[in-house]
Amino acid sequence: MKKQIEHEHAKKEPLIRLVKRDALPTWKIILIYAIAILGSLLLSSVICSLFSSKNPLKFFSALFIGAIGSSRNIWILLQDTALLLGVAVALVPAFKMKFWNLGGNGQILVGSLAAISCMYYLGGKISDALLIPLMTIASILAGAIWGVLPAIFKAFFDTNESLFTLMLNYIATGLVTMFLMIWLEGGKKTSLEPIAYGNFPELFGSKYLLTILVFFALAALMYVYLKYTKHGYEISVVGDSPNTAKYIGIDVKRVIIRTMIISGALAGLVGLFLAGNIDHTIRMDSARNMGFTAIMATWLAAFNPLVMMGTCLFIIFISRGMVMVRADFGFTNDSIANIVIGLVYFCVIACSFFITYRVVFRKAEKAEKTKGEKTV
Amino acid sequence: MTHFFVAAISIATVLLYGCVGEIITEKAGHLNLGIPGIMCMGTAGGCLGVSLYMGSLSSPENASWILLVLISLLFSVIFAALLGGIYALLTVTLRCNQNITGLAITIFGSGATNFLMHSFIDRTHFEAAGKIVSASLPFADRLGGFGRVVFGHGVFVYIAIVVAIACAFVLNKTRVGLHLRAVGESPATADAAGINVVLYKYVAILVGSAIAGLGGFYYIMDYIKGSWENAGTIEAFGWLAIALVIFVLWKPNLAVLGALLFGACFIMYAIVNITPTQKEIIKMLPYVVTIVVLVLTSIRKKREHQPPASLGLSYFREDR
Repeated sequence: MKKQIEHEHAKKEPLIRLVKRDALPTWKIILIYAIAILGSLLLSSVICSLFSSKNPLKFFSALFIGAIGSSRNIWILLQDTALLLGVAVALVPAFKMKFWNLGGNGQILVGSLAAISCMYYLGGKISDALLIPLMTIASILAGAIWGVLPAIFKAFFDTNESLFTLMLNYIATGLVTMFLMIWLEGGKKTSLEPIAYGNFPELFGSKYLLTILVFFALAALMYVYLKYTKHGYEISVVGDSPNTAKYIGIDVKRVIIRTMIISGALAGLVGLFLAGNIDHTIRMDSARNMGFTAIMATWLAAFNPLVMMGTCLFIIFISRGMVMVRADFGFTNDSIANIVIGLVYFCVIACSFFITYRVVFRKAEKAEKTKGEKTV
Repeated sequence: MTHFFVAAISIATVLLYGCVGEIITEKAGHLNLGIPGIMCMGTAGGCLGVSLYMGSLSSPENASWILLVLISLLFSVIFAALLGGIYALLTVTLRCNQNITGLAITIFGSGATNFLMHSFIDRTHFEAAGKIVSASLPFADRLGGFGRVVFGHGVFVYIAIVVAIACAFVLNKTRVGLHLRAVGESPATADAAGINVVLYKYVAILVGSAIAGLGGFYYIMDYIKGSWENAGTIEAFGWLAIALVIFVLWKPNLAVLGALLFGACFIMYAIVNITPTQKEIIKMLPYVVTIVVLVLTSIRKKREHQPPASLGLSYFREDR
């Protein structure tokens, strides 16, 4: 009789069940991520070779050559990493507050547009020493406005911020198109020539160094801001539980608005560097979709600005490497990079499951039980 | 003016597919920000179907309307559901963050579509296929302006309306719809009542994705008659469709009207006689309208006009 009950019990227990894990040691987390990344890259190499009938192993060599094959490539890698890091630094306080700022692209773009407008209208009329500070103020202001608009409505009416910021992206793109129309005399020219005024000076003879230093320094500052200041504390309380925040006397509305001013302003700053130091012109896609990519970078880094340096480097490494893969594998369309990056994201997102949960099989547990009984 | 209404209905159809797809997914408690990417993927799938079918014929004139529509519909639905399946696997089974997964899906979907459309899918007969897919009822032209507005569309416009109304019926009048809403409101309660939460979530996400995917395909094959630039436009439609969900208060039948309004905003720039620069300003209208709508719906909060209570949250049975 007892045996029968036991048998029925075993029958009803599901084959696979999930158990939440306690915190894993860091090396195990890194190992899980490394396996996921390697797996996704292997998959990508197979897909790339399927579409081009080239040796999949060449994928990896091309990836490395493209990213770090020459000193110029390394500089560009670091510069692009710094830019992405800048956007990630801009987004991280908002995300820590659980404010889904999907408007990075728009905030970068208006920042860039503000700077380019200064360069276009004032370039040559006033000295660069005056123009560059003016551009800086304009960009930061424009980015801050683009950031604070959804924040005000979120704070007072709880308006959905992710869609609000998304729509602002398209309005920013529309503004850029409109100004380009004016500047290009109604479409007589196809793109805006680089503007020679208001370009940032080279630092120690390198045009890359300034960007790299500024944004890596900002990342370090953001780490301190989030971890050691009262503002940072308020942000994390509002993010974890707005009710707790209210209860302990934090002005939630003020925190939301203040944080989004900072977030938008920093994204605007990235726009400034795109305008004044890198492109010297503006296109509809000047933001290089960094507003979305940076979301991945911040999330992968668990909202830690120091770890973000690594995740940004990793993402840019893949996308820079893919330039070479594309050339080597004979792809005529640059979207192959997005496919590979998408695959990497899928694998990395999926592996977050294995960090939070443990999969227990029915048989494995039985074995564990008998083992336990034996030792007793 | 007739042209304006016809174009507005066409844009509305794209949005309606995306919106209804997203509503189904959100009713199961999953905020799918991957809809723009899934709409792109539906486009790629449908176009692959078209190119395979047209390529198998000796001459594009031999193409049969019913076969072309069915094959492209099937391919579009399968491709969109495949990408939706990845989203479902990641968010339902693996309980990953829905927003992050959705964004990754969108990045992948638009990238993959750009790549497939540019270098893999044979687009030689797309113009011919576009003409066939967008063919309207033969008597539409004889009925004057009104006839053209009501009957002068390709079959995919009518499929969209039927799908929207069918979804409204299923959600509100059937047991399946009741269960689905229960899963979205409170999965723990639904689970306790014996509803298979995981199954409902999977089916809702797959069906929602399949519906959304048709929107992108309709846009390429019918509205712009088989031409192709890049996936950016479809992505923009996808985001608008997600915003539309809030505007229509998660009701598929209201979505028909909401989509029409958005479609009219979208195409407004074509009928006003102004300079190209001013046109660019008018082109921002749908996005501005969306923002105004978001703000207004958030100001006048009503209890029955709220998103599903557990939208965006993963369900883990052993969480208490």
